[in-house]
Amino acid sequence: MKSATGLTGSGSRDWVVQRISAIVLAAYTLVVLGWLLCHSMSHLLDYTHWYGFMMTKPMKLFSLLTILSLAGHAWVGIWTVFTDYVNAVGVRLVLQAATVISIIVFLFWGVQIFW
Amino acid sequence: MTALKSKRPVNLPLSQVISVNLKSPVAIGSILHRISGVVIFLLIPALLYVLQRSLASEQDFNVVHDEIFGNVVVRLVVWVFLAGLIFHLIAGIKHLLADAGVAEELQSGRNASWLVLVLSGIGIAAAFVWVVL
Repeated sequence: MKSATGLTGSGSRDWVVQRISAIVLAAYTLVVLGWLLCHSMSHLLDYTHWYGFMMTKPMKLFSLLTILSLAGHAWVGIWTVFTDYVNAVGVRLVLQAATVISIIVFLFWGVQIFW
Repeated sequence: MTALKSKRPVNLPLSQVISVNLKSPVAIGSILHRISGVVIFLLIPALLYVLQRSLASEQDFNVVHDEIFGNVVVRLVVWVFLAGLIFHLIAGIKHLLADAGVAEELQSGRNASWLVLVLSGIGIAAAFVWVVL
């Protein structure tokens, strides 16, 4: 039977989504953390530099892609944790619904920061 | 029928499950990968809030930089977030490499898990120095 609460309804497709989003998230984390590290070390961490970096077209697109990846990655990951540890069906459905709603809110919130 | 019955123990006490798993770097890494993922997920709203305010205006940026991050409790939370992120990232890279056939055997997998624990430990300690101190 297909899982109704997984992301794509297919285990192998969820698996692929988790891996592709992982690569995007890892790349974004390294770029943004690397930038923050370099600029805080050289005392150049101010609004002008930060805004000038994050709001360039490539970074806005990269941020959008990352927010989408985060939504997919979190959906699959939290689904895995709940299906493994929460055995009561009713409780699990409530938790999964709350997770999905949170992810959708985060998604719109994140997009709205950049657009 | 009795011959078909499995003799494996069921309902092991949690203390035994924990003591057996603590001997395996693979098991430690696996559960930490899950815990760190949940920690990151729970802190997403805080991350989005800081991101939004830091980009809203120069005044908001300065409030985040001086007042919000000036609070040591906030910096501790940021460190917890970074610790989760560092571990999840390094363990995730190991996972993707294993998917590609790198370090997927018993001994190589154990070694890779040790490496993940050591590298992330160093990273998390460095993050403490950077963010909290």
